[in-house]
Amino acid sequence: MANFTVEDALRSRWSASAKPRAVRTFAVLGIVLAVAALGLGYLASSAPGAGYWLAVLGTALAGVAAMTCLGAAFVIQFSRLVGTWLFRLAFLIFVGGLVGIALLAWVPALLYEQVDAAVADHYGAGATGVLTVADLEAVGWALPTDSIEVRRQGAVGWAPPTDSIDGRGKAVVGSAHPTASFLAYALWPLQFRLTRDILALVGVVGFVSLLAMFTIWWERKVAGRMQSRLGPMRVGGWHGWAQSMADGIKLLQKEDIYLEGADRPLFKLAPYIAFMPALALFLALPFSAAWICRDLDIGLLFILALAGIGVLGVIVAGWASNNKWSLLGAMREACQMISYEIPLGFALLVPVMTTGTLRLTAIGELQAGGFHTWLAFQSPFTLAAAVLFFTATLAACKRAPFDLPEAESELVAGVYTEYSGFRWSLFFFAEYAEMFAVGALAAILFFGAWYSPLPANWGAAWLHGPLWQRALYGILFNGPLWLIFKGFFFLFVQIWLRWTLPRIRLDQVMYACVQVMLPLSMLVLLGATFWALLVPHGSMLAVVANLACTALGVGAVLAIIGIVFYGYSNRRQLVGTLAIEHWPGS
Amino acid sequence: MSPQEIADILKTQFGDALTAVVAEGSHPHVTIAAERWHEAAVFLRDDPRLQMNMLRCVSGLDLHPEPWIEVVYDLISMQPGGQQGLWVNQSTIAVRVRVPRDGGHVASVADVWPAADWHEREAADLFGVIFDGHPDPRRILLPDDWIGHPLRKDYVFPTEYDGIPCAVTAES
Amino acid sequence: MEDKVVHGQPDLLTDFDRQRVAADDLRTEELLINMGPQHPSTHGVLRLMLRTDGELVLEAIPHIGYLHRCAEKIGENVTPVQFVPYTDRLDYLAGMNNNHGYSLAIEKLCGLEVPERARYIRVLMCELNRIASHLVSFGCYGLDMGAFTPFLYAFREREYILDLFEATCGQRLTYNYLSIGGVTQDLPGGFADKLAHFLDYFEPKIDEYNNLLSYNYIFVKRTAGVGVVSAADALAYGLTGPCLRASGVKWDLRRCVPYEIYDRFEFDIPIGIAGGAIGVPREVVVGDSWSRYFVRMQEMKQSVRILRQALQQLPAGEFRAKVPAALKVPAGEVYLEVEGARGQLGYLIVGDGKKTPRRVKIRGPSFCNLSIATHVCRRVLIADVAAILGSIDVVMGEVDR
Repeated sequence: MANFTVEDALRSRWSASAKPRAVRTFAVLGIVLAVAALGLGYLASSAPGAGYWLAVLGTALAGVAAMTCLGAAFVIQFSRLVGTWLFRLAFLIFVGGLVGIALLAWVPALLYEQVDAAVADHYGAGATGVLTVADLEAVGWALPTDSIEVRRQGAVGWAPPTDSIDGRGKAVVGSAHPTASFLAYALWPLQFRLTRDILALVGVVGFVSLLAMFTIWWERKVAGRMQSRLGPMRVGGWHGWAQSMADGIKLLQKEDIYLEGADRPLFKLAPYIAFMPALALFLALPFSAAWICRDLDIGLLFILALAGIGVLGVIVAGWASNNKWSLLGAMREACQMISYEIPLGFALLVPVMTTGTLRLTAIGELQAGGFHTWLAFQSPFTLAAAVLFFTATLAACKRAPFDLPEAESELVAGVYTEYSGFRWSLFFFAEYAEMFAVGALAAILFFGAWYSPLPANWGAAWLHGPLWQRALYGILFNGPLWLIFKGFFFLFVQIWLRWTLPRIRLDQVMYACVQVMLPLSMLVLLGATFWALLVPHGSMLAVVANLACTALGVGAVLAIIGIVFYGYSNRRQLVGTLAIEHWPGS
Repeated sequence: MSPQEIADILKTQFGDALTAVVAEGSHPHVTIAAERWHEAAVFLRDDPRLQMNMLRCVSGLDLHPEPWIEVVYDLISMQPGGQQGLWVNQSTIAVRVRVPRDGGHVASVADVWPAADWHEREAADLFGVIFDGHPDPRRILLPDDWIGHPLRKDYVFPTEYDGIPCAVTAES
Repeated sequence: MEDKVVHGQPDLLTDFDRQRVAADDLRTEELLINMGPQHPSTHGVLRLMLRTDGELVLEAIPHIGYLHRCAEKIGENVTPVQFVPYTDRLDYLAGMNNNHGYSLAIEKLCGLEVPERARYIRVLMCELNRIASHLVSFGCYGLDMGAFTPFLYAFREREYILDLFEATCGQRLTYNYLSIGGVTQDLPGGFADKLAHFLDYFEPKIDEYNNLLSYNYIFVKRTAGVGVVSAADALAYGLTGPCLRASGVKWDLRRCVPYEIYDRFEFDIPIGIAGGAIGVPREVVVGDSWSRYFVRMQEMKQSVRILRQALQQLPAGEFRAKVPAALKVPAGEVYLEVEGARGQLGYLIVGDGKKTPRRVKIRGPSFCNLSIATHVCRRVLIADVAAILGSIDVVMGEVDR
């Protein structure tokens, strides 16, 4: 068979008679629906009460259906043209989709703001209550162009907390927009916690899926570049951006294989035990002070506990596979977990003790400001705790050099040996989600959370400005983008280490964790305690330590940037002779 | 030490058990009676004049149509003391042991040179020589249920193995 | 402590016995694991039966023969010239060295004189192939230790060598280039320049890789002191090549029993050195996996030295001796060893005046090197088995022949 080309993909699979029939059917259906929509629209303009809403709903549905049918007819009639243009514009559509998703993430935040403003208008600032649709309609709708007073300094993201809006409403009351009644219905459910939770959940699932797909592609690209090759280049056109999607579709189609002697219920359950906690810990992970699904006052504990449950899934998978390599992998995971969890916990105690809270938003808020306010740079002990934490999380994510449970050169594929298809991919979804989560956690606890290295007070005036100023503030100084950026930076470090370091042996992992990191973390905790007790805030020693640690951090960042630039400018030399000149004729 | 000198030492030690000596040519060797071979091996290794500390190779050799099979042991003595810390090749000799074609026995020297372990298994596998006292006398290259010893000149090619037909025309 | 009743009998145990009983109770079931024939770190189709207590390997029993292709039987049925391509398939990572050994043995038996230029070309090819083979060994060893990236770097450099080979003889893996009486064709134009360029490029890379992998702390921790083979054991088990030299035995056929023209070049024989010396981490023991690995890294440098000298001395002239079309293997026998990439590659050839030899015995260095696996893989962890096997650097094509 010759190569499968775009032409082949676009070749119509309709029989000669079926195609015109389908086009005809869809076109007629579309025209009928369009007429119906117009009729319903006319009805809506005259019908009173409930009939009005029924007609509006009918118009909307009929309109959408009509457009779908006409579109389908068009696509079937001009399938070649449409297919060709889809292929040409694939990357634009992809980028547009990404931008759209990013913009879409804003919409709930803005809508929440509207609802909260309306509630505040109706019941008075700080009060709670339930509005009816009519109330909301009366409040109306306008973009919040007027200034917004923010009570809690520093707690400003793109979406201020629910109780932070005051003095709003005057500008918009009475200027009811024609679409106000539509929006009233859209806004009404948003005043309930449950709706917001469901929306957040959808957001989290979507984020984790995109995250895993992007990170897998990214890791392959980074690995490729480190190894003087290109990584995925084919699928999707530009640098193989659709590789993960293609892999995902492939994995979905794969046969679900069980071993004869496997413990079936457990075997089926294990990927979910591994995946669900990795997903669930995003519920308590703040992307900024306001962008959080549930702001738990024991957020840190919750995330740690869920990360611990994920390990159970891996152990169950190893046990249920009825494969000795899997079993060894599971035992390794168990050994590794009891080794790294304790130093991890001790390292976490340092920020908890310094800030005096387990609430992640509170820990993050305390680090508002520039580089020097970040917790890691407060004293040598917090810096040491940050390093210990990051090392322990490498083990927690089963990443190199601690990737013993899957150790592909020793245990074939470790616990994943018998898994295939979708179940296998769930483990990797969990792994990459967890990688990002611990990176984000490191950022929240030690590296300034959602604050940029720029001093926050530089842009303080923009906080009260119009929407674009607040957006700029969110981009430059404070906001979920910064947390995601930092999370991806730590993710990159994990990838970097994985493709650089060899794997540690099991006994060395246990030695390193129990005999080295555990005493070290205890010492760090002790040191941090005495530092907090004996070194008063603002004293000479504290300032010097702060400056020294900050300098260290800035130096590290600059060094990384320098290395990146050096590598990029010398990329042809670094790639090796082959790229420069090759033996002719080969 | 030249092969002739080694042969002389062996001659004085083992007398008539040393049945043939070829000290010249590209592969100098002595032939030793199978009964005395193990004793000779220990002597070759431990005698301060010989010190054959490495067994390089053990080969079966079918001298069809002669009614025997020979096992060839290639020995080398290497000692430290050369310039720049190099080790020096003191002497090299091959020892041949002649055994009957069918059911030939020879003592295993795997306890003298552990290297002989796998080499002897291979010779047993491909030539059918039985090594007495071998620690692990299994086939090594061929499957355990293989019939015959393929490197013998009188080997008859099988027409099938485990139900798999072998497209071999018996050319011999 | 209460008096215990064991199996209805009054407890008459001493404290020592009690401890032993307790130890027996604690002892867990042993696990039998098949490592291979399809396993990422057995480098081919080696199968190891591991008897383990958890991760601790009590015994490792190698099973070989999965790649047995009757090379010796083929050797008895084809003429020497026809057999040269088959030798490529023995140690498929160092085909040139295999060609070399077989050609030398046949030439010695038939009394053929090889022209001077051909000898130099042979040395060039063998040393280049030694580098290529050691690069694979280096890369795969990193892979065994979980470091993926050095593997790609090693293959990047090897690619250049393979390109040189391809330009020389049209083949990238099974060369059939070093043939009886010389080489099959002359070097292509511009080969010397390309080779010189490669050597200039490659030599500093070795230090780079040492920094990347050899001196990596984790790597040293994984390999130093693991799988120690004493010099006495190495000799007794017939280990040769880097495995023998890593045990501190300075023995290299190229220097100790010079063949071809190796006595015309100046080069050192790297051996395993105890930790603490310059360039050797302090954890290293003579004869451990790290030494075996590092000897190869140093040998690449020595090969570069030899290549430079050979390139300088390369004479003009014939590249192949006149070999009779119907070459008969004269009656007689020869046993000849050359220093292959993995150790001493020996050919015992017995002729009886016919076109085909009576017997071709191939002593594969990997075959002997691998036989020590059971002895070394005792009471080590499963991860160490990968480290030991990787450092022995076996090619199963040569073990199973």
